[in-house]
Amino acid sequence: MNSLTRNETRALARTVLELDVNNHAGVMSHVCGLFSRRAYNVEGILCMPVGMGSTSRIWLMVNEDGRLDQMVKQLEKLEDVLAVRRHGTEHEVFERLEEFFR
Amino acid sequence: MPSTPTENLTGAQIVVRLLERQGVRRVSGIPGGAILPLYDAMSKSSKIEHVLARHEQGAGFIAQGIARASGEVGVCMASSGPGATNLLTAIADAKLDSIPLIAITGQVPRPMIGTDAFQEVDTYSLSIPITKHNFLVGSAEELLEVIPRAFRLAASGRPGPVLIDIPKDVQNEVVSVTEWPEPGKAEPTAAPDADLIARAAEMINAADRPLLYLGGGVVHSGASAEAVAFAEKLSLPTVMTLMALGTMPVDHPLSLGMLGMHGARCTNLLLDECDLLIAIGARFDDRATGKVAAFCPQAKIVHIDIDPSELGKIKAAHVGVQGDVKTVLKQLAPKTFACLRKDWLTRVAEVKADHPLRMPGVDDPRTPYGLIRAVAESVDDEATICTDVGQHQMWVAQAYPLRRERQWLTSGGLGTMGFGLPAAIGAALAEPERTVVCFSGDGSILMNIQEFATAAEEGANVKVVLMNNASLGLVFQQQTLFYGERIYASKYKGVPDFLTVAKGFGWETVDLDAAPDARAALRDAMSHRGPTLIHASIDMREQVLPMVAPGASNKDMIGG
Repeated sequence: MNSLTRNETRALARTVLELDVNNHAGVMSHVCGLFSRRAYNVEGILCMPVGMGSTSRIWLMVNEDGRLDQMVKQLEKLEDVLAVRRHGTEHEVFERLEEFFR
Repeated sequence: MPSTPTENLTGAQIVVRLLERQGVRRVSGIPGGAILPLYDAMSKSSKIEHVLARHEQGAGFIAQGIARASGEVGVCMASSGPGATNLLTAIADAKLDSIPLIAITGQVPRPMIGTDAFQEVDTYSLSIPITKHNFLVGSAEELLEVIPRAFRLAASGRPGPVLIDIPKDVQNEVVSVTEWPEPGKAEPTAAPDADLIARAAEMINAADRPLLYLGGGVVHSGASAEAVAFAEKLSLPTVMTLMALGTMPVDHPLSLGMLGMHGARCTNLLLDECDLLIAIGARFDDRATGKVAAFCPQAKIVHIDIDPSELGKIKAAHVGVQGDVKTVLKQLAPKTFACLRKDWLTRVAEVKADHPLRMPGVDDPRTPYGLIRAVAESVDDEATICTDVGQHQMWVAQAYPLRRERQWLTSGGLGTMGFGLPAAIGAALAEPERTVVCFSGDGSILMNIQEFATAAEEGANVKVVLMNNASLGLVFQQQTLFYGERIYASKYKGVPDFLTVAKGFGWETVDLDAAPDARAALRDAMSHRGPTLIHASIDMREQVLPMVAPGASNKDMIGG
């Protein structure tokens, strides 16, 4: 988080990505690799299995960036990514988690 | 799934059966401990021939040569650890040039994964960024799903490499098989959007100075005939990327040859003047566009590609059509109006006449351009032309009269020195009726020279034309042009006697330097079957020109 204060960081435009993925070892690597190879930091990650556990949902919080459209297209190309939805920063999934980070 | 009598088979036997059912006739590879069960099962196959490479990277490029020449999925194999890591360069190369490739690697047994076992490496993680998809197979049962799926993925949409890592105990696991899955084939691509095609047609019909920009996707789609017919109907001057060479014959009146870093001056200058760029199966690679902001500054862009992530990746398109380019061309062509375009073609002819590709020495077979033309005269269009990477590659791209789809095999995106010889071997094995000419340099050839042994063993009809300048020519050129002539680490102090080396591997040799009549020597060399090294010395100071400096705009060309 370098030298940004918590409030400054919050002020950056954020996007929350919601991914439906197949649930097996390696999927997270595929997803994170797309960001890391572009030196595009993922600020927050949350992943839980859905229903019977054959699929999972991954929530990613990332900074808004000119590369985001390309990132979404690249995510959609991954064989194990079934769907990608974009939400604004107001999405509550990470806000509710905040209490675990106090 | 068609029902068959129940059979108890090992994972290895299942793999071999599935490969046979895919119609795979040839795989290249090198065995080792963790893949021995698969090799044992393959030894009993009468349908699959194994090509024993001398280095796994060679095996990967042999499989690529098969895939690039035939359009079918190539298959290579390696053991765990160093076998797998040695394959990686060939896999990465396939990813960047969208070549359908299946790489099967052995892995240590499941209980030993993660223990730093002998020859264990995390092949799955290593291959993530360089494959279209990859699998670590967890059971013999899974193979029935994974293998056909891997073939389907490799061949569908934008083709690419798929890696299948199979632990040794999975290869040995016995399961009963009652049904066999259908072989994995390329899935049809979704139909292109009719509205977008209509908008593209409108823009094309309204354009005064349109240019057609063909990329490797035209080859993958098998759409050369459609692309040429489209250009002819609309009188579209046409540029090709390195990967697309051969899709329009270079001597076609509408052809402007290759664009970009080593394109002719007229080609890059005309791109500057066009008012519409129709990009088909091309991805605006930096070697083609130069400085992107200055690329086709006056042009609107119609971009047609099978991969939606390419649309708008580098340059925003005014209309981006996702679809198989052959399908799109078939739907787009009837919506456009035939046109003679006299003014624009007159201007094109003028710029071509004023700024042609200059090929000094083209009539002298002892110069780079002259040698390439003399080789072309010694074979016909049925010959397959393969290259390594470097100056020789660019000279051949500029000067060889390529006229056929899949006539041209070269490492474009990754630019892998060492590609040429093994890829040529693969092409020669896939299409034994053809002569495969591999242009190489003394830097490139040494990067996979061990495959001389493979070619000799297979009797592959490969003619290596070695353009020896005793240096890493393109590095030497860049140091000369851009680094104050500080030549460092690009001149070889020791150069092997390549003729003796080749003879030692059992190759025929031709010393072109000593031949009194170079053209006759070339004709003679091409008339015999089997591997032959044709050695020609080149002056180290020869340059590939014109040249756009990396990062510069295409209109700022040096030389030529």
